[in-house]
Amino acid sequence: MSNLLKNGLFRRLVSILLLLVIWGFVSKLVGDKVILPSPNDVLESIKYHISEDLFHHVYITLLRVFTAFFLAMIIGSAIGIVMGRKKKLDDYFDGWLILALNVPALVTIILCFIWFGLNEVAAVLAVAINKIPTVTVILREGTKAIDEKLVQVGKLYNKSRFEIIKNIIVPQLFPYFISAARSGLALIWKIVLVVELLGRSNGVGFKINEFFSMFDTTSILAYTLVFVLIIMSIEWFLVKPTEKRLTEWRL
Amino acid sequence: MEIIKNMYELNIEIKKKLFPLKTQNKQGENLIFKNLNFTIKKGQFVSFFGPSGCGKTTLLNIISGLDKDFDGQISRYDKASDISYMFQTPRLFPWLTAIENIKYPIKENKNSEKIANYLLKKIGLEKYKNQYPNRLSGGMQRRVAMARAFAPNPNILLLDEPFISIDKKITNSLRKLLIQLWRKNKPIIIFVTHDLDEAIELADRIVFLSNLPSKILLDYKVNLARPRNQNSKNFISLKRLLSSSTRTIKAKKP
Repeated sequence: MSNLLKNGLFRRLVSILLLLVIWGFVSKLVGDKVILPSPNDVLESIKYHISEDLFHHVYITLLRVFTAFFLAMIIGSAIGIVMGRKKKLDDYFDGWLILALNVPALVTIILCFIWFGLNEVAAVLAVAINKIPTVTVILREGTKAIDEKLVQVGKLYNKSRFEIIKNIIVPQLFPYFISAARSGLALIWKIVLVVELLGRSNGVGFKINEFFSMFDTTSILAYTLVFVLIIMSIEWFLVKPTEKRLTEWRL
Repeated sequence: MEIIKNMYELNIEIKKKLFPLKTQNKQGENLIFKNLNFTIKKGQFVSFFGPSGCGKTTLLNIISGLDKDFDGQISRYDKASDISYMFQTPRLFPWLTAIENIKYPIKENKNSEKIANYLLKKIGLEKYKNQYPNRLSGGMQRRVAMARAFAPNPNILLLDEPFISIDKKITNSLRKLLIQLWRKNKPIIIFVTHDLDEAIELADRIVFLSNLPSKILLDYKVNLARPRNQNSKNFISLKRLLSSSTRTIKAKKP
């Protein structure tokens, strides 16, 4: 046992099991499904919803998450890199950026629905707009930290502009892309649920609103758990390995 | 039109070079060079010797083409001739392995792998072929930087105090290696230093620079046979001669 505890993975497993035990114990104490259903109830509920339309709604939500995510990453990075490179533009637009960072997500969502109607474009756009400023800030800092001396090496050996960007600038920005992506994914899926709750008739957020009106806590937890697991797998099986492969040169 | 007499001769004509100065919100300009002219013959090893802050690095940046903000011109016999530069710090790409760093300046062809491997062997780091620079010691990083500088087989190679602040033992072996690599294809080498021993040990010709605005105090041809020993009689007497003559020139010129 003490040997097993030395294994990091095993410790993580123990910690998750412990959480389940505490959850089960508390739900027994409470004894009311509306307030806290037991892990077993939730598992049954997941099985039931899978046989119904859970994956359909999860799929729709994931589609929105990824569209908004890539939109925000591309636009936010572009603005951030330009602001990092051009001091004048940075001076002009820094104030706007701070403003944009501080507009509450709810406000952008509602405004988008008012301006563009209750449709898919408005939904995705609202989410992306919420995320763009944070991506911009991270990439702006990354761009400012680019080592000009390394860029000079590329220039010295007559490398083209494209080669310099690809082989010298992007590798230096990589840790910043990863950090923006990681915080982005976590933030975006939460905002997508709010958007769905407010103005869509499908997706996880819509379903949660439906369960809320019926006080069906078990189903709410079932949907949440499935979705959280999917987002966590993306982090574990996609983001982390990519990061490891591309930043192994750091100590 | 000027007639160029020697192959690969390098002509340097700097009429004026200013350097912006920012001190306590006051903007000023420092005159670094005024009418600095000289030529270098094919295969010559030239040392530029001068006090810190006399614009040695600026001179190399101008010759390399990285700094284009000056009055004057740098002309090379062959416009397409390759220039290479070993900077004061190694400036290796941390995300590339040792061998990938060495390969970087080589134009992609069948031989690039061979050339890189040859240089890696010369610098004695075959074992570290696939290591990232972060995992190499400072001296090893310089060796990789030197290999990278020789990799494109340049006609002109610039070195900016490449052995500053490293162990004396390592410095000695690096100097030997430098001479060895230089002898193979004989590029023009312009080596900047503020260490007179180093200049005498390495160069065919030493150009002494003054304080700002930098002028040529003395242009001296070194006639010692290689390898040169810093403790030999000839070496020491030459060093004495050079230090005393530059001192008298400085005293004459206000």
